[in-house]
Amino acid sequence: MKSSVIIFPGSNCDRDMDVALTKFGFKNKMVWHNESGLPKSDLIVLPGGFSYGDYLRCGSIASKSRIIKYVVEFANSGGLVLGICNGFQILTETGLLPGVLQQNKYLNFICKNVYIKINDKKNKYFKNIKKGVLELHIAHNEGNYFCSKDELKLIKDNNQIAVKYCDKDGNENDESNPNGALENIAGIFNINKNILGMMPHPERMIDKYLSGDDGSIFFQNLIGNLK
Amino acid sequence: MEVNEKIAIEHGLKKDEYKKICDLLKRTPNLTELGLFSAMWNEHCSYKSSKKYLKNLNIKGKKVIQGPGENAGIVDVGDEDAIVFKIESHNHPSFIEPYQGAATGVGGIMRDVFTMGARPIANLNSIHFGSPQHKKTKNLLRGVVKGIAGYGNCIGVPTIGGQTLFDESYNGNILVNAMTVGLVNKKKIFYSKAAGLNKPVIYVGSKTGRDGIHGSSMASAIFDEKIEEKKPTVQIGDPFTEKLLLEACLELMADNSIIAIQDMGAAGLTSSSVEMASKGKLGIEINLNKVPCREEKMTPYEIMLSESQERMLIVLESGMEEKAKKIFDKWNLDFAVIGKTTNTKNIEIFFDKKKVADIPINYLSENAPLYERKWKKTKLPQKLKFKKEKFKSLKISDCLKKVLSNPNICDKEWVWEQYDHTVMGDTIQKPGGNSGVVRVHGTQKAIAATIDSSATYCYAHPNTGGKQTVCETWRNLISVGANPVAITNCLNFGNPEKEKNMGEFVECVEGISEASKYLDFPVVSGNVSFYNETKDKGIKPTPTIGGIGLIENYKNMITMDFKNQDNIILVIGKTVGHLDQSIFAKDILGEKKGPPPEINLFNEKNIGETVLKLIKEKLIETAHDVSLGGIIVAISKMCIKGNLGVKFNKFKTLINKYEYLFGEDQGRYIVEINKDKLSKVKEILKNNSVHFDELGILKEKDIEVNGELVFKLEDLKKEYKNWLKKYMIS
Repeated sequence: MKSSVIIFPGSNCDRDMDVALTKFGFKNKMVWHNESGLPKSDLIVLPGGFSYGDYLRCGSIASKSRIIKYVVEFANSGGLVLGICNGFQILTETGLLPGVLQQNKYLNFICKNVYIKINDKKNKYFKNIKKGVLELHIAHNEGNYFCSKDELKLIKDNNQIAVKYCDKDGNENDESNPNGALENIAGIFNINKNILGMMPHPERMIDKYLSGDDGSIFFQNLIGNLK
Repeated sequence: MEVNEKIAIEHGLKKDEYKKICDLLKRTPNLTELGLFSAMWNEHCSYKSSKKYLKNLNIKGKKVIQGPGENAGIVDVGDEDAIVFKIESHNHPSFIEPYQGAATGVGGIMRDVFTMGARPIANLNSIHFGSPQHKKTKNLLRGVVKGIAGYGNCIGVPTIGGQTLFDESYNGNILVNAMTVGLVNKKKIFYSKAAGLNKPVIYVGSKTGRDGIHGSSMASAIFDEKIEEKKPTVQIGDPFTEKLLLEACLELMADNSIIAIQDMGAAGLTSSSVEMASKGKLGIEINLNKVPCREEKMTPYEIMLSESQERMLIVLESGMEEKAKKIFDKWNLDFAVIGKTTNTKNIEIFFDKKKVADIPINYLSENAPLYERKWKKTKLPQKLKFKKEKFKSLKISDCLKKVLSNPNICDKEWVWEQYDHTVMGDTIQKPGGNSGVVRVHGTQKAIAATIDSSATYCYAHPNTGGKQTVCETWRNLISVGANPVAITNCLNFGNPEKEKNMGEFVECVEGISEASKYLDFPVVSGNVSFYNETKDKGIKPTPTIGGIGLIENYKNMITMDFKNQDNIILVIGKTVGHLDQSIFAKDILGEKKGPPPEINLFNEKNIGETVLKLIKEKLIETAHDVSLGGIIVAISKMCIKGNLGVKFNKFKTLINKYEYLFGEDQGRYIVEINKDKLSKVKEILKNNSVHFDELGILKEKDIEVNGELVFKLEDLKKEYKNWLKKYMIS
């Protein structure tokens, strides 16, 4: 399976993502934001970081960069596009995913382990994952998901909520919501579920010596589903 | 403007220093030249009060590749790998403007490290604030933490450790010390020594603005009530540009086109150009019209003294300009050839086709004034005798409650959760433990790093305090299973023109040196920050020590959270119950006098090495050094982290239980051992003549002393975890 990770100026989880994808069997390529065109890929990843310094608004300048045109084309033709953290923010800024990511409720950057509940398994990303709750890591200042009531209704009607913050037993509540996200939303799909944006970083939890190992489950499963 | 003595004094120079300048030049300097002198001769850049004593530091060791005097120190960690690290203060600016002050402190130290060709792999910080009740403390704390987070998180370097402490002596002068650890290939290290004639001098990075002019002079002055007026001397950071600069520099460093490189830190273009030329015994010519400026009509004086951030000066191989420029173009950074190296041994500055400064380099560097300040010795205070009655009405549970929620002991999660500590995917021990640990990417090795200070002990007796701080660092590294390798020191003191403060400096440095020699734990880099004083009130002497240790195989690393019920816990090292200067003495007995606990370097080394042997032989499961608050605090933290309780054995000791549990005797570790391995551990300890007491056994929950329930685990957690969070929202 072939993957590509886009590097924007200011991306800083690009290497981590490359390491993770490679570890689980992807043949990964790094793609500079200024390139005209994408290598042949089964998966495109927009990594975490502070693209263009997150100036103006997180992800907004990146959403206008040259490479994005090709990412949109790829996504619209049904290709898998995964945006993690800043990558999620870029996907909402491009309009590929609905809603916005506001500043965290308590106005601080948060770096810690959280639990997420998989809300929908009928997609390439989560199909076949046995566990219902994964422990992943978040590190962001703007992860507070928000959208209008109408949008939320559409999202729900189409089963677009991918993952939700919860406690270790899977209960969604305010205590387990780290950033104030609407309905504990940690990640969403587009209607066709080939595009996934989520705040947690699976690439930071790919062996037991790190903060945890549940990221491995995510990647192993993903490549399995693509084969 | 005609320069005279009055203007020189306004620049922070002393009368006789100004006279010396005129004598050296055999003329009156012009304003730009005076600016250069004031920048290079201030305390921050010249080390004029400290140099004499810094010479006594122990800077040699088998693993040292580069000691003090470069952008950062370098140590060998085996194979092709070397670790570049340094600590630096950004105290004065952070008090004036906490967010930007702290942010640019982090940015500055990271540049020092990647200037040498290293990719930063970890950041740490030590921040000291005034009393929590002081009106400025909360905002300063919030601003500093946000500044550190804002910068470090954006660059994508994990912040893996640090300390946040409070003491009223910092009410008017907070301390912000930042440390960066980088990884470099031994064969690809870059230095700041220029070489060769007519080599192009290149400016890269951000444009120059009017920010931070005279920042280093401000850092060399004491504060008064007009300090707010100094805001314009604080630099403004742009971590995004720094990230680009980091990547661009590392890309350029992949080939051999750089001869010398130096970041523009304190005193900006002035100190970087002077230092590079001075080290290469060369002259340098700079055309200021070529310097990329972000504001209009900047004068030579302003351009030379600006401390705009995210800039580097490079001496390049001739003919490599085009290739280098391409890299910086790719990263959207300015790149300009602004001058060349010369054989004049002078710094010659041109602006609008006129020569605006011409000074022999050695006047600015080697000829900078050196002082032998007068200093006063601090006598070892007499040991206090605590009367028995003092303890009579106490209850262990009340005391523990108070001590655990002491601002200097309580959990600092509120702080480090704001720092990205997992980016780069190699953090295997996060903040809040003995040391932070990151793997050397793609290898079995890991680097442990810690940062420590002990101002209370240093204030009571500087020599002992200096030694203690080094030992504390050593213990924190040992406790994760790392071989201590080397240290960096950030020496924060008051006004060196005062005998008491100067004495504190001299004796702390002596103590540091003594311990570092004995433990073979050399100092490879550092920084001195004097004049931490407001309206005549100086800070407590606060040398901050950053330490680096090597773990050969990261799978052998251990942590401080208790692991399993029924395991045995020992305290290794002797407990005599020293309460003077302890948290217990201050918080419970209301006593601030007395000597700090004694440091016995022989024991320190012997015990440390023995504990390390136990870890390497996989005989112990958990370790934590005993520091502030004594045995009971160390054990409480281990219980909280491991979600377990402890049942203490009956004490076999003559001292009272408060002295035993809360005493801050040095050189001790708490370890957890599986029953099956106990006899082997005891044998090794006995063979190495290491004292130990069997303290008790791990149980499901709660702390029990002498058969009496002292604390429920849940309550213990509350006391430890809640203070800071409550304080910040109160």
